[in-house]
Amino acid sequence: MRHRTWPLPAYYFALLALLYLPLAILLLFAFNSGTILVFPLKGLTLRWFGQLFATEALMRSLRNSLLVAAGSSVVATALATCGAIAFVRFRFKGKGLFITVALLPLYVPFVVLGVSLLLFFSTLGVPRSLLTIGAAHSVVSLPYALLIVTARLVGFDPHLEEAAMSLGANYWQTLRRVILPLIAPAIVAAWLTAFTVSFDEFAIANLVVGREPTLPVYLYSQLRMTSRLPLVVAMAAVVMVGTLSIFLALAWLRRILASTPASAAGATSALTARA
Amino acid sequence: MSAIPPPPAVRLEAVSKRFGEHTAVETVTLAIAAGEFFSLLGPSGCGKTTTLRIVAGFETPSAGSVFLNEVEITERPAHLRKIGMVFQHYALFPHLSVFENIAFPLRLRRTEGGDMRQRVSHALEMVRLPGLAGRMPAQLSGGQQQRVALARALVFHPSVVLLDEPLGALDLKLRKAMQLELKTLQREIGLTFVYVTHDQEEALTMSDRMAVMDRGRVLQVGDPRSIYERPASRFVADFIGVSNFLPGRVREVGVEATIELDGGAVVRAGPEQLTVGQTVTIAVRPERTRLAGAPGEATVGPEGRWNVLPGVIRELIYTGSDTQYFVELGPAGVVMVRVPNDTPPEGRHQARPGERVWVRWEVGSTAVLLA
Amino acid sequence: MSVVDQRARLWAVLAPPVLWLGALLVLPLLLLCAFSFRSGIGGSLFGDWIVTLDNYRTLAASPSFLELLGVSVGIALVVALVATLLAYPVAYYLVFRVRARAGMYVALLLIPFWISYLLRVMAWKVILGSGGAVNGFLLWAGLIHEPISIFFYSRFAVVITLIYVWTPFVALPIMATLYRIDRSLLEAAAGLGATPAQRFWRVTVPLSLPGVVAGAVMVFIPTVGEYVTPLLVGGSTGAMYGNLIQDFFGRSANWPLGAALAVVMLVGTLVLVGATSRISRVERFIQ
Repeated sequence: MRHRTWPLPAYYFALLALLYLPLAILLLFAFNSGTILVFPLKGLTLRWFGQLFATEALMRSLRNSLLVAAGSSVVATALATCGAIAFVRFRFKGKGLFITVALLPLYVPFVVLGVSLLLFFSTLGVPRSLLTIGAAHSVVSLPYALLIVTARLVGFDPHLEEAAMSLGANYWQTLRRVILPLIAPAIVAAWLTAFTVSFDEFAIANLVVGREPTLPVYLYSQLRMTSRLPLVVAMAAVVMVGTLSIFLALAWLRRILASTPASAAGATSALTARA
Repeated sequence: MSAIPPPPAVRLEAVSKRFGEHTAVETVTLAIAAGEFFSLLGPSGCGKTTTLRIVAGFETPSAGSVFLNEVEITERPAHLRKIGMVFQHYALFPHLSVFENIAFPLRLRRTEGGDMRQRVSHALEMVRLPGLAGRMPAQLSGGQQQRVALARALVFHPSVVLLDEPLGALDLKLRKAMQLELKTLQREIGLTFVYVTHDQEEALTMSDRMAVMDRGRVLQVGDPRSIYERPASRFVADFIGVSNFLPGRVREVGVEATIELDGGAVVRAGPEQLTVGQTVTIAVRPERTRLAGAPGEATVGPEGRWNVLPGVIRELIYTGSDTQYFVELGPAGVVMVRVPNDTPPEGRHQARPGERVWVRWEVGSTAVLLA
Repeated sequence: MSVVDQRARLWAVLAPPVLWLGALLVLPLLLLCAFSFRSGIGGSLFGDWIVTLDNYRTLAASPSFLELLGVSVGIALVVALVATLLAYPVAYYLVFRVRARAGMYVALLLIPFWISYLLRVMAWKVILGSGGAVNGFLLWAGLIHEPISIFFYSRFAVVITLIYVWTPFVALPIMATLYRIDRSLLEAAAGLGATPAQRFWRVTVPLSLPGVVAGAVMVFIPTVGEYVTPLLVGGSTGAMYGNLIQDFFGRSANWPLGAALAVVMLVGTLVLVGATSRISRVERFIQ
């Protein structure tokens, strides 16, 4: 079944190249010694990267983003794990409603979510801050975490818990020795995903940000100033590389998730050796 | 002869279980003796697995009580019941090795070190899998996994072992071999086994006693022989083995009961609790019937130890070990006569479709069913 | 275990997410809806609340609002369509040609998507900037003598950027749909004499259409509400409906009106979602 007329591989690689091109250009300009982004490049330099660390506001916003991402991802993952367990293991009315609400951020435009939270915080008299951004992010990254953990739980033999109980384990022992070790890779994957989602999130953060900006918000505010542009671009390059590494870690974890229980066991038996 | 029989290992008293509108188990009362191999048999949805799960503690009955060695455990949570369980798909912990799987209940009970190792290897020997302690479940075959599941259920010395269609996932040959092994093992250890299956042949092969269930109710309890030869209802007769069914009405009762079939032919059965005029169904096992070219030692009609009825052969099917003859007994119905192909030629009648023959069976083989 | 224990355990597990989402998702949205019925922008938040339909009347009566909504829908439609068309051959290639090794190829495709939405839009902003990397390159290469206006910030730039952003993503649902097509149908068609082209247009395409449409809808819905991309590369002509909402909650402070605008978008989104997608689909796609 060869399609003689359709150069599909060429199409794929061409599209891929087009996808990476803007990123490559961005990366290229991070090394540009001139402050204006024109061709041809003035020269190559690393000084923008050096300046990154010197720019206090930038470093602060990076720190803020890391804090918000860490906090919101932990909350989102914990809540998602609870929700996944409830959804897969229990029968209750309103399951459909629960899932619909939990997955709303996947459908509803962020601008709507953002302004609703803005209104909400104002009503409560809660000043906008990193906390409000973190709260917003926990809601927004929850769907991703929920889907990942749910998928893992669905593939989980329901009789394993009953087997453990028949052997004398109460619910908490079952959770600790059987359920959690087996869904641990999914929880980590969910956490990493939530972290990435929060770290990059701009639309809502822009609306509920207080005095301390997150990195995307800060970068955006600097975009108007042409003198700041190279710095922004350099930071963008760093973020790209950083996110790429997280993505690779995620991919590695997915391999473990999708693999046979044997290798999953290999990875997790070390954890449960003295359970 | 002991004067006082030992208490039953497991006893269910009027246990019912409802899921919303649906009644899965209805007023089930059973007593399973210690050391017995007891089967719960029935088609899918009959409630046998739910009943087992109630004994295990995974379901709480809507009504009734459960007793373990005459101690009530109805409300006791599963993990405190000290009952071993083997699941249909083994439910081995995929992240633990064979050793760790079997050691799981021991670790919970804080058995450590040498004692634990010894008990695990003893359990492995019992199920004939020595030396596989280091493997992971995914590396084992189905049969091996099942044995590990069994070892795990036995290692902490429960008083009762529950098995939920454990051989269902195995292929035929392996299943037959494992049936024998399980039976032998049970006898060796002397534990009470409660075994759930939908395969009536399996139940007949392995059980000391069995209960046939349908739609949540227990229809008959007894040893395999009495269930097979004296089915209490049409359902049991139909579910266990193969039966011929002929509708009729009771004509006389007494030392022998006389039943008139459709079309006038008359059949005798042993003394039964019947009333004249009652509508009943006659059930005869195909292997209890015989073909004859002539009425044989009896004339046509009720005489001697045999029921004899004339008919015409409609069809015959060769199945290797025997031949099945489908004989139409006039308006009374069609019966299937199973004739082993190793019967010496004198005792065997070579019949062909369209031939007139006589079908006969012993009066004692006639089962009379009300429903 | 008893029924009571089961219930207790269920609530122990279900309560945290329900409470959290109830407070931070449901409540704010309800508040938004309620607030859209408030008149006036002055006074304290709740003190001077007069219930009114004025905001919606203003909306309905204002041609510029409606036009902007129409433009946003139009942009979203174009983006969804073009992204889907661009992604389809890639999805086809990966499912029918690459098959087993597709994992790696998909990963390559998705890396840009996962790296950062903002950064990718920023990359375009930088490229399309006032100096204009594209124009600059073309000028330097001598291919043009004057900067081409379409490469400036504009509605066109918004469309291009959004297509760029969404194309890798929409390949996933298309792949899932193509993957589920029963190969024996194609073999049967071949056996009946269909050429590869015929097999494609008469079997593959019709069978994949529902899933492809679902994928396109998944792009369409969030794109209607976009405000970040227009903000960065839209310039003066590229504003979308979302920018209006953001504006009313920002500079041109008129929260009730903004709320009304947001509610319109919310209702429209929910209606669309209810009408077209099924949640299990989303679950598979995100995987």
